[in-house]
Amino acid sequence: MISVGHYLAVSAVLFTLGVLGIFINRKNIIVILMAIELILLAVNINLVAFSSALGDLVGQVFAMFVLTVAAGEAAIGLAILVIYFRGRGTIAVDDANRMKG
Amino acid sequence: MIQAIVFLPLLAALVAGLGQRAIGPFASKLVTTGALFTSCALSWPIFLSFVFGTGHAEVVTVLHWVSSGALQFNWELRVDTLTAVMLVVITSVSSLVHLYSWGYMEEDPDQPRFFAYLSLFTFAMLMLVTANNLVQMFFGWEGVGLASYLLIGFWYKKPSANAAAIKAFVVNRVGDLGFMLGIFGTFLVFGTVSIPEILNAAPGMAGSSITFLGMRLDTMTILCLLLFIGAMGKSAQLGLHTWLPDAMEGPTPVSALIHAATMVTAGVFMVCRLSPMFETAPIALGVVTFVGAATCFFAATVGTTQWDIKRVIAYSTCSQLGYMFFATGVGAYGAAMFHLFTHAFFKALLFLGAGSVIHSMHHEQDMRYYGGLRKHIPITYWAMLLGTLAITGVGIAGVAGFAGFHSKDGILEAAFAAGGGGTIAFWVGIFAALLTSFYSWRLVFLTFYGKPRWEQSEHIQHAVHDHHHDDHPAGEHAADEHAHHHDAHGDGTAGYHPHESPVTMLIPLIVLSIGAVAAGFVFAHPFIYPEEGAKFWAGSMLAFDEHLMHAAHEVPTWVKWTPFTVMAIGLFLAWNSYIRNTTLPGRFVAQFKLLHQFLYNKWYFDELYNAIFVKPAFALGRFFWKRGDEQTIDRFGPDGAATLVAGGTRLAVRLQSGYVYGYAFVMLLGLVGLASWAMVKFL
Amino acid sequence: MIQVAAFWLFATIVIASAAMVIFARNPVHSVMWLILAFFNAAGLMLLAGAEFIAMLLVIVYVGAVAVLFLFVVMMLDIDFAELRAGFVRYLPLGALVAIILAVEMIFAVGAWSAGKVDLAARAAPAVTDKSNIQQIGELLYTKYIFLFEAAGIVLLVAMIGAIVLTHRQRGGVRIQNISDQNKRRPQDATRLVDPGVGQGVEL
Repeated sequence: MISVGHYLAVSAVLFTLGVLGIFINRKNIIVILMAIELILLAVNINLVAFSSALGDLVGQVFAMFVLTVAAGEAAIGLAILVIYFRGRGTIAVDDANRMKG
Repeated sequence: MIQAIVFLPLLAALVAGLGQRAIGPFASKLVTTGALFTSCALSWPIFLSFVFGTGHAEVVTVLHWVSSGALQFNWELRVDTLTAVMLVVITSVSSLVHLYSWGYMEEDPDQPRFFAYLSLFTFAMLMLVTANNLVQMFFGWEGVGLASYLLIGFWYKKPSANAAAIKAFVVNRVGDLGFMLGIFGTFLVFGTVSIPEILNAAPGMAGSSITFLGMRLDTMTILCLLLFIGAMGKSAQLGLHTWLPDAMEGPTPVSALIHAATMVTAGVFMVCRLSPMFETAPIALGVVTFVGAATCFFAATVGTTQWDIKRVIAYSTCSQLGYMFFATGVGAYGAAMFHLFTHAFFKALLFLGAGSVIHSMHHEQDMRYYGGLRKHIPITYWAMLLGTLAITGVGIAGVAGFAGFHSKDGILEAAFAAGGGGTIAFWVGIFAALLTSFYSWRLVFLTFYGKPRWEQSEHIQHAVHDHHHDDHPAGEHAADEHAHHHDAHGDGTAGYHPHESPVTMLIPLIVLSIGAVAAGFVFAHPFIYPEEGAKFWAGSMLAFDEHLMHAAHEVPTWVKWTPFTVMAIGLFLAWNSYIRNTTLPGRFVAQFKLLHQFLYNKWYFDELYNAIFVKPAFALGRFFWKRGDEQTIDRFGPDGAATLVAGGTRLAVRLQSGYVYGYAFVMLLGLVGLASWAMVKFL
Repeated sequence: MIQVAAFWLFATIVIASAAMVIFARNPVHSVMWLILAFFNAAGLMLLAGAEFIAMLLVIVYVGAVAVLFLFVVMMLDIDFAELRAGFVRYLPLGALVAIILAVEMIFAVGAWSAGKVDLAARAAPAVTDKSNIQQIGELLYTKYIFLFEAAGIVLLVAMIGAIVLTHRQRGGVRIQNISDQNKRRPQDATRLVDPGVGQGVEL
């Protein structure tokens, strides 16, 4: 039987993959953004799983909001990426240390 | 009345010093000089009452000072014979010096400060001599040291004056350490610092022993030696003498007051005041005799080579102090005080006379640039002549003589009569007398006889050109500005004619001349004659040895005539070298070059002390400063804290690399850490 | 039975495509794998009974976000060759941390599922007679209306932000300013000069 635990395990692995994707991809900002989407997806799966297991619809409502925000954030992130690329001509973040302290 | 004598100078000093802006220079000078003359007028009756036998010792309590367990003492003013002698010396010389300074310091912008310091010094010295306990004496001791520092360094814009002032203070400090240890030891042994009680208990302590620095020593000897170290510092005895010649950086009135008549005699006064203590410590007395005789000899040898007129007189002072000390060493305290008394007059006279010469020669002090001055400044000449007659001890034995004759011969006779170490001291004193006569007459001949030699002097050239600047318009200066050594007159004078000093400077000279002439035979009887001396000194607890004074008067005739003989020899040598055949000194120096170098460089004491004490002290100080303070305390303290913060910041900055992936990684690590902690906690 | 098989299928493909998103060499391929992951996630949600969310995932994520990614990837003209350099250097440490994280999460899940759940404390209990979308609609427009409006504003802000950020002034374009044109008076436009012979005029 598929219990909520299975869903949570899947979600955990997806989350981990997303996190991994963020910091091994020094050369490609787009993959970083996609990894962030993966993280959000994992969270969504988690929410839906719990919502279904507990019979509580709040989980799904919240998942919808997460979706909204994820979409908005992807748009802005890509806009920033476009400008960054305009200024630098590359999307490698290896030597982007303008925020150096 | 004694309170008035002691506190009037203090009041005057405060008024002049603190109120100088309010009352102005003339009022400051008037207040201080007036106060001093008042003190002087009040002191002479006291002294004369002791001379005529109507005075008696008394103690006046001023204030309750310290009451701390076993240590009890007050501010007290003691008046007895010894004090009275010192009172007249101090107030007379000080008031005359105040008057003299009206003329000498006339062009100085800081006159109120000068007069305030002079009065302050007088107050401190009076405190010293009227002290009835050792702590008050030490207060006065330190006070005169302070005033000496302030006055030597009066022209503080001159670096050499500052250095000399510091040197005087530091060398004095070394002596003061000995004095302090002596006071502490005295309190430890006697349980009191009150002088009468100590002196009464002193004979009881003879022969006891005390532990000092791990050694078992005779109590009275070690106490007296420590106290004598203080006297050595203050009175510039051999070993702690290096400050006295450099103290000539101060104005001449200061030299006359402090370094001739009063401060330097404080050591002699102290030994005489504590004479019962010294009498119980023959070894200490032996040391005193030795040091006094050595100083006497040393200073006389150096004085023969110096060119600066004030230096010659300074070494002369040092030498005469040596006489006073070896007089106390052989037990002739009365003779020592008598020489102190007469020496004050003729030494102050010599200094003030030298000041008059310097004043008229536009601040030139090198005797090589003097010559033939007796025609130009006759009053000064006669004053210096009388002073020299006094110091060289011109007189007929058994009849009368100038002041120095009575006192110095008194010392020499007493030394001979004492025997033992005294005999050696006698011969040393005789040789020193010869040298004293030589250099004193050398000074007079170089300054007042011969042809004028001052055309090459920088000071005279300045004086002459300043005059010319007043006469000629500006355009003609370019020509004679650089022609420094032109002499239009061809007679060695460069057109400069010295003129006599103003009357405020001449009056003290005249008064002191009277003292230099008369003080000897007028006061010889009370001071050093056996029966009158015993009566005179009674009540002052001075250890006046009647038998010694008797023996001193019964010495063989050749002993009585020897001082006069060597004086004559010295006079002849000086006349021969500086009047009859002036090439002799040059040839002597050329032949005995090494000896002359040795003497001229003051037996290389300064260089020796520099190498042994000054350089190591500076090295030690530098070590503590650089390694101790900077590298250790600062490194671990403030600088260390600052560096730590800076270093920490540098490390922390590395976290802010600006790379977003780095930040993300850190966030992830934080998350993992949090999760691990939660797991560990809740499982 | 079929649910189990479906679940395992969806789960496997989601995880595999997520891995490929990260490890793909070509960014366009990464986007494709992402789209696949979204589809399979939607499938998972369908299995859990949340049809609305599943469809929303497909429409919004796949239809909008992933397409946007594709647009940008293709617009930016990226050089693929240099993108792979240095990849291997950070892999070990990153993998280690990620594995630790995964293990912990699974651990935590196991611990949780052994506990009790208080069903009385549910905020919005689901009922079985209405459809999923109807129930969500009822919740959204009544209890969570404020958050709904706020989400709308977030989207508005994101839209404006994206335009503002990427908007480029094109230089050299002469735009007509009608009000300026209407305001002009003859004396601003022309002036009368009388130059001397051969002098010329200052413009």
